[in-house]
Amino acid sequence: MSFWEYANPKKFMQTSSWALPWVAGLSVLALAGGLVWGFFFTPDDYKQGSTVKIIYLHVPSAMMAINAWVMMLVASLIWLVRRHHVSALAAKAAAPIGLTFTAIALVTGMMWGQPMWGTWWAWDPRLTSFLILGLFYLGYMALWQAVEDPDTAADLTSVLCMVGSVFALLSRYAVNFWNQGLHQGASLSMDKEENVSDVYWFPLLVCISGFVLLFLALVLMRTRTEIRARRLQALLARERLA
Amino acid sequence: MIALLIRDLRLAIRAGGGFGLGLAFFLLVAVLVPLGVGPDSSVLAKIAPGILWVGALLSCLLSLDRIFALDFEDGSLDLLATSPIPLEGVVAIKALAHWLVTGLPLTLAAPVLAVLLNLPTPGYVWLVASLTAGTPALSVIGAFGAALTVGIKRGGLLLSLLVLPLYVPTLIFGAEVVKRGALAMEVGVPLLLLSGITAGAVALLPFAAAAAIRVNLR
Repeated sequence: MSFWEYANPKKFMQTSSWALPWVAGLSVLALAGGLVWGFFFTPDDYKQGSTVKIIYLHVPSAMMAINAWVMMLVASLIWLVRRHHVSALAAKAAAPIGLTFTAIALVTGMMWGQPMWGTWWAWDPRLTSFLILGLFYLGYMALWQAVEDPDTAADLTSVLCMVGSVFALLSRYAVNFWNQGLHQGASLSMDKEENVSDVYWFPLLVCISGFVLLFLALVLMRTRTEIRARRLQALLARERLA
Repeated sequence: MIALLIRDLRLAIRAGGGFGLGLAFFLLVAVLVPLGVGPDSSVLAKIAPGILWVGALLSCLLSLDRIFALDFEDGSLDLLATSPIPLEGVVAIKALAHWLVTGLPLTLAAPVLAVLLNLPTPGYVWLVASLTAGTPALSVIGAFGAALTVGIKRGGLLLSLLVLPLYVPTLIFGAEVVKRGALAMEVGVPLLLLSGITAGAVALLPFAAAAAIRVNLR
């Protein structure tokens, strides 16, 4: 019993078909529980009013936007080192999900920023680096789309993912530098996690776990779709030959 | 390797296109921005560092797809890949050739265009310094992007989409050096960081680019 046996698509399909309903069900439960708890059973913040409750969508999606990229990086490395197709397909499957989480984080951030900072958008380091992360996701997905041969596409996107990770990290700290460099450091720092009080913290934790499970469920589902699409293509190719 | 460099330079100059086009584009950006923003010289002085860097970056982008595409089409890239020079070396040389025909002329032309944009006097030295330190990174990163997209027909647009996010750190530090230089502030830190990115990119990206070319030649 080793982790690597899931590199076998058949084994992966078996296990994931069994696990998917559980993961999806748990994520729905956690999300519903966390969001209802957060939205209706926590007090309004004395300064921010009820807008503070955007935190239950904003923080988990921002977190998962970054984690999705890390997962893609790990899956790409596994593909490059061990040539397991499931791994490459999982990386491909995760990219649109990560992009969606990035978009959710940006949009909820805007909705939060408008009443709090009085502006929809500011070139704050965090906002800027998230926008750049979104661009990286777009480039990665575009490369998958553009290359026809699936193995070539997997190789090229893996290399791009590795190089992109380094540059995404560089950009993250470069924008930090850029904003403090000329402008007055905007008072937009959102280090919420450290100073969130327990009233908000526990429902937030439930929401985060819900988002993690949601990501897992979506990746499993999309990877299964990709594997089926790959099988279909193999069948079609076989038919053409016959 | 030197023969390869000379061959690439000759091709770039004689075949036309890339060599003059990038410079002309750079000139156009520097002319169009004041037309769009208005002739207020204090506004222009403020945005000049950013415009010059963005212009240099976009002009660099124009000729990127030529780094490998022509050699890929006529098969010379296969020959180069099987030649005794390591493919990483080929990539590095081709990036160097690209820099010599785009990055270097851009660096030399930038002070002239800076006059059009009313860059404050102390900024000129740092404009040239930052472009000298930063444009090699643009060429190497671009060579990596070109290596990724070499097998794709009409990959030019995709190439821009892949490469532009990778240009972000270089752009930020490069423009920062000029901005600070124009205000006669300390420029050491961003200049060092910019050079660091260039050094890292020049050292490591040829390996990634060579890996991508090997995949594309399979």
